[in-house]
Amino acid sequence: MGDIAVSVDNVSKTFRLYHDRNQSLKAAVMRRGRARYEVFQALDGVSLEVPAGTTYGLIGENGSGKSTLLKCMARILRPDGGKVEVNGKISALLELGAGFHPELSGKENIYLNGAILGLGAKDIDRKYDDIVEFAGLEKFIDTPVKNYSSGMYVRLGFSVAINVDPDVLLVDEVLAVGDEQFQRRCNEKFAELRSQNKTIVVVSHGLGLMRTICDELAWLEHGKLRMAGPATDVIDQYIAEVQTDRQTDPDAEGNGARWGSGEARIEQIELLDGSGRTTNRLHTGDQLTIRVHYQADEPIDRPVFGLAMYNLEGLLVTGPNTREAGLVPDRIEGAGTVDLTIDRLMLLPGTYDISASLYDYAIVHPFDFRQRAVRFDVDAGTPHETFGGVMSLGGRWSTTAGTTSQSASR
Amino acid sequence: MNTLADLSQSRDLLVNLTLRELRGKYKRSVLGWSWSLLNPLATMIIFSLVFGLLLKVPFTVGDPSGLHNYPAFLLCGLLAWNFVSNIMNGSMLALLGNAGLIKKVFFPREVLVFATVAALGWSFIIEVAVLAVYLIILGNMVLPWMLGVIVLMVLLTMFATGIGLIVSVLNVYFRDLQYLIGIFLQLWFYATPIIYSVERVPWIYHVGQHAIPARTIYSINPMVGFVGAFRALLYDLRFPAWDQLAYITIWSVALLAIGFAVFRKFEPRLAEEL
Repeated sequence: MGDIAVSVDNVSKTFRLYHDRNQSLKAAVMRRGRARYEVFQALDGVSLEVPAGTTYGLIGENGSGKSTLLKCMARILRPDGGKVEVNGKISALLELGAGFHPELSGKENIYLNGAILGLGAKDIDRKYDDIVEFAGLEKFIDTPVKNYSSGMYVRLGFSVAINVDPDVLLVDEVLAVGDEQFQRRCNEKFAELRSQNKTIVVVSHGLGLMRTICDELAWLEHGKLRMAGPATDVIDQYIAEVQTDRQTDPDAEGNGARWGSGEARIEQIELLDGSGRTTNRLHTGDQLTIRVHYQADEPIDRPVFGLAMYNLEGLLVTGPNTREAGLVPDRIEGAGTVDLTIDRLMLLPGTYDISASLYDYAIVHPFDFRQRAVRFDVDAGTPHETFGGVMSLGGRWSTTAGTTSQSASR
Repeated sequence: MNTLADLSQSRDLLVNLTLRELRGKYKRSVLGWSWSLLNPLATMIIFSLVFGLLLKVPFTVGDPSGLHNYPAFLLCGLLAWNFVSNIMNGSMLALLGNAGLIKKVFFPREVLVFATVAALGWSFIIEVAVLAVYLIILGNMVLPWMLGVIVLMVLLTMFATGIGLIVSVLNVYFRDLQYLIGIFLQLWFYATPIIYSVERVPWIYHVGQHAIPARTIYSINPMVGFVGAFRALLYDLRFPAWDQLAYITIWSVALLAIGFAVFRKFEPRLAEEL
């Protein structure tokens, strides 16, 4: 502990973007040299240090150079300038099952892939059973891998790679594969590696995941290091700056379906913060008012307004409606609004969609239903919880043990 | 210590990649492994029919062995030639065919070329062993000369590996190298005394008043030396000329060194260029 697992010192990397990629001798002779190309600076003087035993994340938008940096760490790409030093054995999960030969059996491929990843035959002998068991392929291990399903293929690839038993593991988005059960096993394996004080460097777009698993983060922007430090600080800053305010125009956002008979319509859904300003960016613990603007061309008796809130994975977080809350307007006609005021928004950081509906009293006949009509982001606030989940229950901690009052309640 | 560990790791990798090559090659074919012998056998039969029987190409009598058999004469040159040309063709795909691997995993890239050489070397060994049996049946007692043959095979492997390293990496940068090499290999084949005897090339060739030292120019081709040495040991049952041996040894060592140098130079950008 306290040592540096990966040290990146002033690393630069350029790529050649060919205009006319004519890799022929004729073209080379005609042009007196290689084809013309533009130089693209993928990494520009990046320096950072990954402390041993931490889970370190690289974030940034597409093309920011995070994958290039990971490949430089894996020695797949050689930096044009600067130095990457890795202490200990390294293994990279960039593509699972790279190097599998389709005609060879799963067993033969385990030995082949293991050797490619740097395992000796004796090491593989020792780990063979673990590898097969983790992949869950006991029955198919003598079958050629070309007959495997893509899930089996990936499972075997992951199983070999993770059993290389590296000191430093590099991971690039590959975890978003496999079924739910396999995902869970992967996550368990990562937790296990973390508890063994292995160093993990991970590249991902999933900010929620990064916030949960990473100790430290580096934020890359156009090939330069923008910020590095504790995961929460970097992500908060990143979200605040990079993910600029979303469009408020509901039609531009309205990626969801809309249906209903149309005698009365939901014109707009407005999000208002505590001071009454329109917003789509809130913090955990903020006050939020969801204002539904309706337009009733014909008079409607005893309408029911409903709202539903989903996270991006499609989980329904809550679905309140006016009838159950005991608010039943006698009749609506013309334009008007209905407000749902939430004193403390307990949603945890993430992105959420709101659907709105306008029904008859029996909630049988839809006048208007607008699915996922508005999207908004929640940033970290109070309560401050960053280890995953959708919402905070707002509980209070207490203990019989003594504490020195050190940021006990943030 | 670290390099030692690296070396043994590379050896494991080489073994596994070679096995992949060998196992993958004839999977799903009915005759499987036999093909590695059937192929040169077919070439031998065709060449023997065309050049030996039809065209009646004059070829030498083994001296001092006294052997006079065209298939045997042919095979002594053809096996060495096939080994080199197969390595050239195989190496060109060694890196291109493993682009996915090179882009996603770090490992010493030259091992891919070595695996190609090793797999073909394995076939070469079997072929030479079969040839030796055939020669013994014909009455040529080659066993005392086999040590020399093995040394020659090692030299030829170094020679071919050097070429393999160069073409494998250059082919990534200039993709039509493989077509150029196809033509070059044909030319080279006929510029090497495989189907005919080196005696057919005159020492001095007269063009008008100019005397051209034809044989000397012809012998610049190192394969002339290799084929000559193999034929001397296996067909004639005598020790090859020392100058010939020295010449091909220099070629082998030099090409291997150049091969490594070229490979090192182009290797760093491989993952991007593929």
